[in-house]
Amino acid sequence: MDDELKGAIRKVLPDVDCVIGWGPGPDPLRSAPFFMRKPEEVDAFVVGPLAVNNPAVFLPEYKGKKVGIVVKGCDSRSVVQQIAEGLVKREEVVIIGFPCSGVVDIQKIAAQLGQDIEPGMVTSLSISSDKLTVNVKDTAKTMDMADVRADKCASCQYPNAVVSDEFVGTPKEGKTDDYADLAAFEEKSIDERFAFWEQEMSRCIRCYACRNACPLCVCRDHCVATSREPHWLNQADSTREKLFFQLIHATHLAGRCTGCGECSRACPVGIPVGLFKRTMTRAAARLFDYQAGTNAETVPPLQTFATEEPTIKEREW
Amino acid sequence: MSVLTGKERRIVGFLCNWCSYGGADTAGVGRFVQPTDLRIIRVPCSGRINPLFIVKALLGGADGVLVSGCHPRDCHYAEGNFYARRRLEMCKNLLPLVGIDPKRFEYTWVSASEGQRWQHVVTEFTKQIHALPPAPVFPESPEIERLAACAGE
Repeated sequence: MDDELKGAIRKVLPDVDCVIGWGPGPDPLRSAPFFMRKPEEVDAFVVGPLAVNNPAVFLPEYKGKKVGIVVKGCDSRSVVQQIAEGLVKREEVVIIGFPCSGVVDIQKIAAQLGQDIEPGMVTSLSISSDKLTVNVKDTAKTMDMADVRADKCASCQYPNAVVSDEFVGTPKEGKTDDYADLAAFEEKSIDERFAFWEQEMSRCIRCYACRNACPLCVCRDHCVATSREPHWLNQADSTREKLFFQLIHATHLAGRCTGCGECSRACPVGIPVGLFKRTMTRAAARLFDYQAGTNAETVPPLQTFATEEPTIKEREW
Repeated sequence: MSVLTGKERRIVGFLCNWCSYGGADTAGVGRFVQPTDLRIIRVPCSGRINPLFIVKALLGGADGVLVSGCHPRDCHYAEGNFYARRRLEMCKNLLPLVGIDPKRFEYTWVSASEGQRWQHVVTEFTKQIHALPPAPVFPESPEIERLAACAGE
């Protein structure tokens, strides 16, 4: 599939400014965002379980230029949502899709290895269909792909690109998403949840990696988190401010989040910040029967209304 | 210190200028007895209410937040409360995940002539908040606590 995808990229390349995909990263275990401008650069293109990042995060910056993008199913939903909201123009983007069989979670690999993964520690890596062998300083450790796959992949509904101009490979069957992770979290009592977030958020270093990795956080330099007018957040190093930023992020993504999981993945201290957005996604599905990033023609639920809302059960006083 | 310290809870009310604020006024003019826990913030329209107002109030130590606007189809600006209804309902779904009891936040519709309904809503909501323990509070950051300690000396 690699060669076919490279062929598709080379075919698209003359018509576009660049093609965004994945390339070699800092070590064999990680890929990095990759911007291909010349045909010879395409040789280094990487795809497969290591193609973890969501390249859609770079698309809005290229508005006005024509670019190509290689997308997994989840990434394609981000692109569709960007098109639906007018952040990206459909005619300015060439989408190359492929059937994704899941990506790895570096934290899970680190857990299997029993140590943090420092740059340069992993010397080589080999991947078969269901096994992953990591060489750390001449000792090989083989692990099951199922054990190190990202959580979002277990409930992936759209492994194939939702929209694509070029599709390479045979489409895969999607799974169902029953929000089991949220149900498991909700077994905690209200007080336990508060204590949980108080503890988790105390680790937050306010690096805003979760925001920067988000393909639908497009305010960039005008983000309210770093603005003094309005002054939503202050500079105090308190758990409350840290948690409040997450709630800003979640409310700004209400009914828009496509569930690519980049916020949780980007978090350097491993806070499950994706749970906030998952809650909003589930609420949008239950209340408005809306799934972001599946149809570029629909209007996000909070940008419209109905005069009668049969699904909203208002309190009787 | 107020005589009501410990007996009152901090409840924040966001009321739209055209209906609910008028309704609260009607209740006052009619001399309906109401609990005094509610602190009212007047906003132009329920559509002006950012869900973050509610979240910020609750994280900042409010025990409850009540939002009230014009009845659907009666909005002064025709459609502000339709948007508000969707936003507020989404907000209500987010609070329990964070560990904030969803009973701490309610939204409703009261028109300017419904003084009695306003009295009923405030009484019920205040009762509901009093049934809950005081809101959980986040500790301030260590720096601020140190500064506060210096200021107190």
